[in-house]
Amino acid sequence: MAKVKLDDNKIQKIKDICAAHGNKAGEAINILHEVQNTFGYLPAEVQELIAEQIHVSAAHIYGIVTFYSFFTMLPKGEHPISVCLGTACYVRGSEKILDEFKRQLGINIGETTPDGKFSINCLRCVGACGLAPVALIGDKVYGRITTDQVKDILAEYQN
Amino acid sequence: MEMEQLVNLTIDNKQVQVAKGTTILKAAASIGIKIPTLCYYELKGQGIENKPGCCRVCVVEVEGKGNLAPACATNVSEGMVVKTHSLKVVNARRTVVELMLSDHPASCLTCAKSGKCELQTLAQELGIRDITFKGEQSTYRKDLSPAIIRDVNKCIMCRRCETVCNKLQTVGALSAVNRGFMAVVATAFEQDLAKSPCVMCGQCVQACPVGALAEVDHTRQVINALNDPKKTVVVQTAPAVRVAIGEEFGLTPGTRVTGKMAAALRRIGFDYVFDTDFAADLTIMEEGTEMLGRIDKYMKGDKSVKLPIMTSCCPGWVNFFETYYPDMLDIPSTAKSPMQMFGAVAKSYWVEKLGIKREDMVVVSIMPCVAKKFECQRDEFKTDGNPDVDYSLTTRELAELIKQFNIDFNSLPDEDFDNPLGASTGAAVIFGATGGVIEAATRTAYELFTGKTLEKVDFNELRGMDGVREATVDFNGTPIHIGIAHGLGNARKLLDKVKEGKEFFHAIEVMACPGGCVGGAGQPYHHGDFTKVERRFAAIYEEDKDKPLRKSHENPYIQQLYKEYLGEPCGEKSHHLLHTHYFDKSDKVEFVKE
Repeated sequence: MAKVKLDDNKIQKIKDICAAHGNKAGEAINILHEVQNTFGYLPAEVQELIAEQIHVSAAHIYGIVTFYSFFTMLPKGEHPISVCLGTACYVRGSEKILDEFKRQLGINIGETTPDGKFSINCLRCVGACGLAPVALIGDKVYGRITTDQVKDILAEYQN
Repeated sequence: MEMEQLVNLTIDNKQVQVAKGTTILKAAASIGIKIPTLCYYELKGQGIENKPGCCRVCVVEVEGKGNLAPACATNVSEGMVVKTHSLKVVNARRTVVELMLSDHPASCLTCAKSGKCELQTLAQELGIRDITFKGEQSTYRKDLSPAIIRDVNKCIMCRRCETVCNKLQTVGALSAVNRGFMAVVATAFEQDLAKSPCVMCGQCVQACPVGALAEVDHTRQVINALNDPKKTVVVQTAPAVRVAIGEEFGLTPGTRVTGKMAAALRRIGFDYVFDTDFAADLTIMEEGTEMLGRIDKYMKGDKSVKLPIMTSCCPGWVNFFETYYPDMLDIPSTAKSPMQMFGAVAKSYWVEKLGIKREDMVVVSIMPCVAKKFECQRDEFKTDGNPDVDYSLTTRELAELIKQFNIDFNSLPDEDFDNPLGASTGAAVIFGATGGVIEAATRTAYELFTGKTLEKVDFNELRGMDGVREATVDFNGTPIHIGIAHGLGNARKLLDKVKEGKEFFHAIEVMACPGGCVGGAGQPYHHGDFTKVERRFAAIYEEDKDKPLRKSHENPYIQQLYKEYLGEPCGEKSHHLLHTHYFDKSDKVEFVKE
C-alpha cells in the first residue's frame, strides 16, 4: 500500500471513529458514513487506514465504497450542486437544467471543477415538487429554474 | 448421540433421502444427477465453498414454488418435488447463459482457457448456437503481473477467485467492486495486481471458470531458446507434475507418467532432462542440517536461536510471510527452494562440467505452480542480471508444449531422467504433497540426530489432508514437535498460534496451495473436483514407495556433488549457492505514514 499524506489530526480522528464502532469489520458501512461526513470524501489512503483499523482488506473497503453511490472518492466542491431528477422535476425538464450546469462548468456528474468551487450531483426528490424543477446549491434551494437562469445562479457564487 | 434428521424428497421422479440441511445440488449428486453449475466452487474437505447463488445456472423447478430455485443455495425440505430439466428450467438456464455471453468477449479461439472454460462448456451443453441479446462490452485494461494475467472483460462475477483469495488464502488482494454492469472483481483502487498484496499463489487462476485469470505464458520464450544453437537448454520438473500432467492427455487423475514425461521432454529437444527432485534431496541436506543445527543450539540453551524453523520451498508462502509476517523473517529456513537450488547448481557445477559459459545455458523449470514464475524473476536469484532459472512453465504449459510439438504423449515409452542432476530418492518425490517436505526432512534428520538407521521411513502421522496438522516424532527419546499447514489461511492460523506463544514447534511446513503442490495453481484445472487432487496426492506416495532409495542423504549423486564441489551442507560454498534471505514487503498491506 502506498505511503499516505494524512496529517496526524486526521489519522487520529479516523482512528477514533473506528474505535467508537469497536473496530468491527461489520461496522464498515457506518464507519465509512461517519468518516465521509467528517471529511467530505473517502480518498484511497483513508480507506486503507480504515481497512487496517477494522482488520479487513483494502480491496473489501474499496468494494463497499464503489458499490454504494452515496460514497465518493472525490472531494465535493465548495458549493456542491445537486439537481433533482425525481419524477416531478424530471417531467418538468430537470435533465436539461442538469445538462446546462454540466455545460457551464465543463464537468460531469460526480466531478468537481479544477478550482474546487463547484461539484455536480443529482438526487431524487427534495420534497419541493411544487417548485419543480429544483436544484440545490449547498443548502439553498432554487425552484422553477429555467436553463437561461443557470448562468446567473452560478454567477452568485463566483466571488 | 444425536440422530441425524433425514429428509425425503423427489428429484426427477427419483426418491432420495438425505440429511437435513443438504442442498438440492448435493442431494441430486447423491443419486447421480449432475445439475450444471458455474459460480459454485467447492474444495471438499478444505472448508471452502463458494455459493453466492448469483449465476443462476443451477436453477431447478420446485413444485408449488413460483420462482425457480438455485440448487446450490437451496436446502431440501420434506416432500419436496424437484425437476432439474423441465422446459421452464432449461429455458431459464439457456437465457442466463445467453445473457452472460452477450457481453463476454467472443475470443474463444485464442483464449488461454479455451477447451477448459466452464462457460464455453455450458454454452455447448445447452446447445446455444447464437446469442439473441446484443449489449455493451466492457472495456477494462489487461493487467499483467510477473505471474498472473487479469483480463476482467471476461469476468462473469462468479466470485470464485474472491472466495479463494479471501477465505482459503486470507490474502485479500481481490474483492468485488463497482455495481451493475461495471461490477467486476478487482484489487483495491483497481491498481495493478503487482502493487496489491497478491502473493501470486495463483489459486484464483485455478478457480476462475473463464479466461479472466490465467498464468503468464512463457512457452514462446522456451521454444526460442530450444531453437537457439548457441544455448544448452536444461529442464527440471517438480515432483507434483508427474502425477498430474496425464490428465491433460485424458488419463485418470493420479496416473503416474514420470517416464513418459521424461520421454516427451527429450523429444521436445531439451539437451538435458533433469529433475527438480534431485534438488529436493539437496534441499533436505541443507534445510535438514540447518534444522538440526538450530534444534541442537536451542537444546543447549542458546536463547538467540529461533524456533520453529519453517520450510521455504513454496514461493507463494515466501511472498505471504514477507508481506504479512515481516517480524518473523528470521524464522524460515534460509534454504532456497529446490527449483532455485537446481538453477544455482546447474549454472555453476554443471556449466563447469560442460565447460560452457553461464550465459549459454538456459534453465527451464516445469512447475505445478504459478508463483514460481515470479520466484525465478527475483533479483537475488540472478548473477549479473542472468537468472539461475530462466523460465518457469506450469504443468498446463508443458502439456501445451507437448501438443504444439505434435507428440503423442500416451504412446511414448518410459524413459529415465539424465544423470547426475536427474537422480532422486523417494524423499524428494513427496515434496509434492502437503507434509512431504517435513517427512523427507525427518527421514534424514532422524539418522543424523540419532546416529541410528531409520527402519520405518513412512511417517503416517505427518500425512493427510487436514488443513492444520500437528504431530510429535520421537527422535530416539527426544520428542520433536512438528506443525504442518497447507492453504495460506491455515498457515496464518498456525503462525498466529506461534506468534502468541500458544504453542511450541521445532519445525513447521507450509504449502500455499490446498493439498500442497499436487493442488498447485499451475496443475490441470480440477474445476472444484478436489478428489482429483486427492488422487494425485495418493500417487505421490506410491511413487515414493517404488523408489529404491527413500532418504535424501542416500542419493549417491548428492553425495558426489558435496564431495566434488560443495563441500559440507551449510558450508561456505553451499551457503553462497543454496541459501537466500527475505524482504519486508509489509508496505503492501500496512498503513505507513509518510
